[in-house]
Amino acid sequence: MNESLSRRRFLSRGATGLSAVWASAHWPALLAAATHAHQAAKSAAPAKFEFFTADEAKEIDAITSRIIPTDDTPGAHEAGVVYFIDRGLTTFSVDDQKTYREGLPALQARVAEMFQGKSKFFELTVEQQDEVLHSFDEKNAQGRQRRFRTSAGAQNFFETLRQHTIAGFLIDPDYGGNRDAAGWKVIGREREHMFQPPFGYYDKDYPGWEVAMKSDANQAEKK
Amino acid sequence: MTANQPIDQPKYKTSDEVDFVIIGSGAAGGVLAKELSTNGFRVVVLEQGPYLTEADFTHNEIEILAQDKLTNHPKLQPTTVRKTPDEKAKPQRALVYGRCVGGTSVHFTANYWRFHEIDFIERSKVGAIPGSTLVDWPITYADMEPYYTKVEWDIGVSGLAGASPFDPPRSKPYPMPPLPVKSSGVLFERAARKLGWHPYPAPMAILSQPRPGRSACVECGYCLGFGCEVGAKSSSLAAAIRVAEKTGRCEIRPNAYVHRIELDAKGRAVGAVYFDEKRNTHLQKAKAVVVCANGAETPRLLLLSANKQFPDGLANSSGLVGKNLMFNSGGTVTGVYEHPLNDYKGYCVSRVLHDFYVLDHEKVGFYGGGGLDARYDFTPISFAFGGIPPETPRWGKDFKAALANNFNRTMEIFCHGTSLPVENNSFSLDPDLKDAWGLPALRLTYKDHPDDLKLTSWLFERAHSIHEAAGAVKKWSFPPQEQQFGVHLLGTCRMGNDAKTSVINGDHRTHDVKNLFLCDGSSLVTSGRGQPTMTIMALAFRAADRITALAKRGEIST
Repeated sequence: MNESLSRRRFLSRGATGLSAVWASAHWPALLAAATHAHQAAKSAAPAKFEFFTADEAKEIDAITSRIIPTDDTPGAHEAGVVYFIDRGLTTFSVDDQKTYREGLPALQARVAEMFQGKSKFFELTVEQQDEVLHSFDEKNAQGRQRRFRTSAGAQNFFETLRQHTIAGFLIDPDYGGNRDAAGWKVIGREREHMFQPPFGYYDKDYPGWEVAMKSDANQAEKK
Repeated sequence: MTANQPIDQPKYKTSDEVDFVIIGSGAAGGVLAKELSTNGFRVVVLEQGPYLTEADFTHNEIEILAQDKLTNHPKLQPTTVRKTPDEKAKPQRALVYGRCVGGTSVHFTANYWRFHEIDFIERSKVGAIPGSTLVDWPITYADMEPYYTKVEWDIGVSGLAGASPFDPPRSKPYPMPPLPVKSSGVLFERAARKLGWHPYPAPMAILSQPRPGRSACVECGYCLGFGCEVGAKSSSLAAAIRVAEKTGRCEIRPNAYVHRIELDAKGRAVGAVYFDEKRNTHLQKAKAVVVCANGAETPRLLLLSANKQFPDGLANSSGLVGKNLMFNSGGTVTGVYEHPLNDYKGYCVSRVLHDFYVLDHEKVGFYGGGGLDARYDFTPISFAFGGIPPETPRWGKDFKAALANNFNRTMEIFCHGTSLPVENNSFSLDPDLKDAWGLPALRLTYKDHPDDLKLTSWLFERAHSIHEAAGAVKKWSFPPQEQQFGVHLLGTCRMGNDAKTSVINGDHRTHDVKNLFLCDGSSLVTSGRGQPTMTIMALAFRAADRITALAKRGEIST
């Protein structure tokens, strides 16, 4: 058993002794709000932003692109996560507007503090960007020298944005994120909502219950 | 109008004294509504949640997991939690239950194995257990067998009779074959057999063959937590409520939040008081009241109904309303495999193992028993939060790589086990916190019996062995912890023959109020080994027979 489990995961999964979906029900109320997601999702990705200014959107896009980077497969940028979040902040996630309004300037202050002469996240190299984000990441911050003043607002902003990014990357594309099912291509989830066996590698040659039982029994006898 | 829309129902006036008012429309309430209305009675079902149908169910993870579209809402219905009665409880989410027509059966996993003989007579078999209030049921497996069979045939359960050598006797096979095996099931089956154990096809309340108005499972992969869009999951919504409606004698009244059972001067229930959607108060009159709000809200309603005659809460002369709460012990051991399982396709559980249902407590050093199942209950977002190995970075290149590699190569082994009853474990009314309607919030007091945690650790070791024998490239689990959150809500109005040590009798009638009946998870005397809904539904079918007989003999209204 792994000893170095982060506190957060430990609490969210282990402490309840429950299975995955109910652990997820313990998410902070980050996504809670009205039920407009479905309707909002009906329209294609909007050409212009409703909540973010163009500059803010550029920053958010750059941050989400470090949370789920683009490599030889699509990342948050290709999945249009910034659009998902923008729409979310005016519909199903209005409660988080303040977190973004206050958190982004705090994060930019951290940028300026860490890299002289810079004020925008997107202006940094990816290595510098990762360094900024690591300074907010509890787990990675542990053991590092704390070089920066703490900022609860920015901390909360990063965690909220991290969770929004994951949701926007992996949600069923019918609900306003995960453009072109880019996220599902990465994780290998097919777009369909009806499947038939064989489902995967290990059940494709399953001989059926009776035969499997007999052949397993024969093998056991040979031993 | 399609077959699966709500159909025309009678509209009873609240002043119209119907035969039964049923509070809650879940696994028990839905079945009682169907049975009692089929038997000729006039029934009103009051459900606090909305009436959603297949057309309203989606695969939107945000609605389901973060916005609680189908379940109790932590903002409107906050709860508090503590471990022991001498602590002050702190605001914290204590439970999840279904809050829509069909209740928790709308979103459940649908594991539907029967309790075994031992579950009804364990106290007699093992003797007194230190720190536990374990007692025998007033009924036995033999009393329940016809009703388990009735559940399987009536609502639709798929499975293979005789496949588990540990199964209790049955009078009839399953009405339909098991669902197709998943890769997780094949890995589990082969590995468990290698270890000398007896895996078998999971009995599931999900159709493997279509029934009128309902599709067979289409293996969409959005099962636990979600409502079934094709009616394949045998929820009370899909399998019972609509039959009740078709009798023309049953009204399902959604958005009706019952907060008091009204009594007359003679101490008889006269009906249920509820808030409608606009928070107007109504009293629905009835000759008898049947509470099916499950193990948290049923005792809460009794406690909220305290009056001069019953100052400690209705039907609470034993002082046991809300007590002896059992969540079922359990936890997950997760494994990653070399090739894609694609277990995101399809329903959750295809193989179960019950070799450890009955353990020799002297040999293992603890009481109770349990089982293992092979499952995958993630959807894409919940997987990203809860399915990747614990040491994985929380963002960035390696996080993405773990998602990409593991999403379709992961399976879980869920360990399900006993919760021994402990009197202090309870739902009660919080003295300070109120819900959005100004009523006292639920307060959870819970500290697992130490044997429950030992059992979970013991089952975890077996689950690790299965992953190992199956060739997992990686596996992990978290140390079992005391539970502070539940979804199985059992034992809080336990059944028994003695009015001093139980809340309801074998007919589900409260010892104290003659025309008040309780039937749901709160009725259970023991927790089985997890997966209680099959037993709750079987109890409901049985209760309907008992209550019908009493009513026909004129023993309720006189």
